[in-house]
Amino acid sequence: MSYHVNEKGYYGEFGGAFIPEMLYPNTEELRQNYIRIMEEPSFKEEFDQLLKDYVGRPTPLYFAERLSKQYQTKIYLKREDLCHTGAHKVNNTIGQILMAKKLGKNRIIAETGAGQHGVATATVCALAGIECVVYMGEIDIARQAPNVARMKMLGAEVRPALSGSRTLKDATNEAIRDWINNPVDTHYIIGSVVGPHPYPDMVARFQSVISEEIKTQLLEKEGVENPDYVVACVGGGSNAAGAFYHYLDIPDIGIIAVEAAGKGIDTGESAATSALGKIGVIHGSKTLLMQTNDGQITEPYSISAGLDYPGVGPMHAHLFQSGRAEFISITDDEAMMAGLALSKLEGIIPAIESSHAFAILEHKKFNPSDIVVINLSGRGDKDLQNYIDYFKL
Amino acid sequence: MNRINQKLKEDKKLLSIYFTAGYPNLNDTAGIIQDLEKQGVDMIEIGLPFSDPLADGPTIQESSTAALKNGMHTELLFEQLGDIRKTVSIPLIMMGYFNPVLQYGVEAFCKRCQEIGIDGIILPDLPLDVFQKDYEAIFRKYGLINVFLITPQTSEARIREIDAASDGFIYMVSSASTTGAKAGFGEETEAYFDRIKSMNLQNPQIVGFGISNSDTFKQATQKTKGAIIGSAFIKHLTQNGVEKIEGFVRGIR
Repeated sequence: MSYHVNEKGYYGEFGGAFIPEMLYPNTEELRQNYIRIMEEPSFKEEFDQLLKDYVGRPTPLYFAERLSKQYQTKIYLKREDLCHTGAHKVNNTIGQILMAKKLGKNRIIAETGAGQHGVATATVCALAGIECVVYMGEIDIARQAPNVARMKMLGAEVRPALSGSRTLKDATNEAIRDWINNPVDTHYIIGSVVGPHPYPDMVARFQSVISEEIKTQLLEKEGVENPDYVVACVGGGSNAAGAFYHYLDIPDIGIIAVEAAGKGIDTGESAATSALGKIGVIHGSKTLLMQTNDGQITEPYSISAGLDYPGVGPMHAHLFQSGRAEFISITDDEAMMAGLALSKLEGIIPAIESSHAFAILEHKKFNPSDIVVINLSGRGDKDLQNYIDYFKL
Repeated sequence: MNRINQKLKEDKKLLSIYFTAGYPNLNDTAGIIQDLEKQGVDMIEIGLPFSDPLADGPTIQESSTAALKNGMHTELLFEQLGDIRKTVSIPLIMMGYFNPVLQYGVEAFCKRCQEIGIDGIILPDLPLDVFQKDYEAIFRKYGLINVFLITPQTSEARIREIDAASDGFIYMVSSASTTGAKAGFGEETEAYFDRIKSMNLQNPQIVGFGISNSDTFKQATQKTKGAIIGSAFIKHLTQNGVEKIEGFVRGIR
C-alpha cells in the first residue's frame, strides 16, 4: 500500500478535485504540467539553487542533547525555523513561484492565516518581480499586524476577507473566488497540502526536501537514514507532509502527527480534526473536516493561528484513517509549556505551531535508543506577543 | 417526462430565478416559489445555503449566511417543500454545494427530492467524473436531472463531454466570475455566445451569472434558451421583502 497520491489525485478515499467548473481549466492546466515541469533539469537546478542560496538550505539537523537527556531518548530537531522568513512555508512558495513563471502567469494570489504563508509568498513575488495579492481574514489582519506590515514592505497587497468568520477558511474562499474571476493570468499559491488535486501533491513534493535532507543528515550523524519516529504538527499539514514524505512507505518508521486540541477536544474550542472531523469536502478536497451534522463547516480554535484550520490535507486524512500515523492532540496550555521548555533547555524559541509537536514528549514514552526527529517548523518571533501575554513576561 | 424537459420544449425564452432558501425569513420559501410561478417565471432554483459558498459573490454569500443564521437546514427545507406540488407546477431545481448533500447522504437526498417533486439538481462543486462514477445511477433512479456548468474557458472537447453527459440543459456561466450583477455583456461575451451557438449542442443552454435586468436578460437569451437571475433577485428581496416580487419579474420581461 502506498501513502502517496494515486494517478487520479486520491490518497485512499481522500483528495480529488471538487471544484466548480470555473476552476477546471486552471487546475487542469496545473495537473497536466506540474510533474513534467518539476522534473525539468532547468527547473530543478533553479529550485535547488534558490533553496541553497536564498532560503539557506540545507537546514541543520540538530541533536538536542539536553532535551534528549530530559526525556531519555535521542531527539533531533530539523531546523526549519532557520529558513529565510522563519518557517518551512518558503520551500513551497519558492517552488510555486517558479512553477507560475513556467506556466506564463504574471499575477499571484495567496491566502494566509497568521501571515506566515502570506509573507513567504510576498517574499518570492518580490524576488521574481511579480504582482502579489494576499487574502487574509479581517480578524487575522487585526491580530497579526507585524506580518501584515512585512507583506506590505515586500510589495504585496493585503486584501481583507470580510465574509463568514473572517479568518483563514474565509481568506481561502476569497482567494478561490479571485482565481475564478482571473482564470488566465493568475496562479494561486496555496500554502498547505490542501485544496484540489494536484495542490496537495505538488506542495508535498516541494516540502519533501525536509525529509530528503533528514535522511542524508541522519546517515552522517547516526549511520542510518531512518529514524524510529518522525514527529510534526498538523494544521493543513504542509510541514508534516514534508517531514513524513520519504518515510511514508517505510512501515517501521513511526509517524506522529500532532494536532491542536485548543482548550480541549470536548470544549467546542478545538482544531483537532482527526478527533472531531467527519469526511466532507472543503476547498476542493474530500477530507476529514470539522462540520455540523448538516454539513456546514465549523470554526476551529487554537492558540496557534497556523493550526487553526477546520480540515486537514487529504494525505493526512488517509494516514489517520489507515492507521499509518499516530495522531495526538495537544492543548494550548501543553503547547505553551513545551515552547517555554524548549527555549530554556535548548535556547530555541519555537513557533507555537511547532511547540505542539514538542509537547508530545510529555505524553509518549520513547526508548532510550530510539531516534526521534521532531520537525521544528518555525521560529517563535511572530508569537512573541502570545508568549508575553500567556506567561506575563 | 421530467418537467424540465417539458419546459425546455416550450417555444419561448425561459426566465429562471434563483433564491436562497430561508432568506430573508426562515419560512419564506414556499411563498416565494408560489409567487414566482404566479408572476410567470418558468423555472426556479432553490438555493440550499452553505457556510462556504466559494463560487458566489457577496450578495449570495450574505443571503446564505443570513439563511443559516435564521436556522435553515436541509431537513427543514424538505419539510417546507413537502406540499409544494399541491400548488406549484413549474420545474423546481435544488442548487447548492456538495458537502451538505454528502452529509445528508446523496441517495437519501435524491429520494427526498423525488418525493417532493424536485426535477433537477445543480451542485457546482461536484465534478463531472465523480458524478458519473459515483452518483449518476442514483440521480437516474430518482428521476433527477443533473445540470452541469460551462464557462468561457471551458474547452470545446470538454463542452462536448458535458453535453453528452447532460439530459436537460447546460448552465452557461456568462463570464469568468463568481455570481453577481455586472454592468452588461461586452464583445467577448457575445463572441462566447456565438461560439456556443455554433456548436449545435444537443442540450439547450441557459445563461447564468451577471443577469440582472431586462437588458441583460434580452442579451443573454438572444442566442440561448433562457437565463437565470440570482443575485439581482436576492438584492430585490433584501430591499423590498417578499411583497413586491411581481414588480421585479415584470421589470425583466
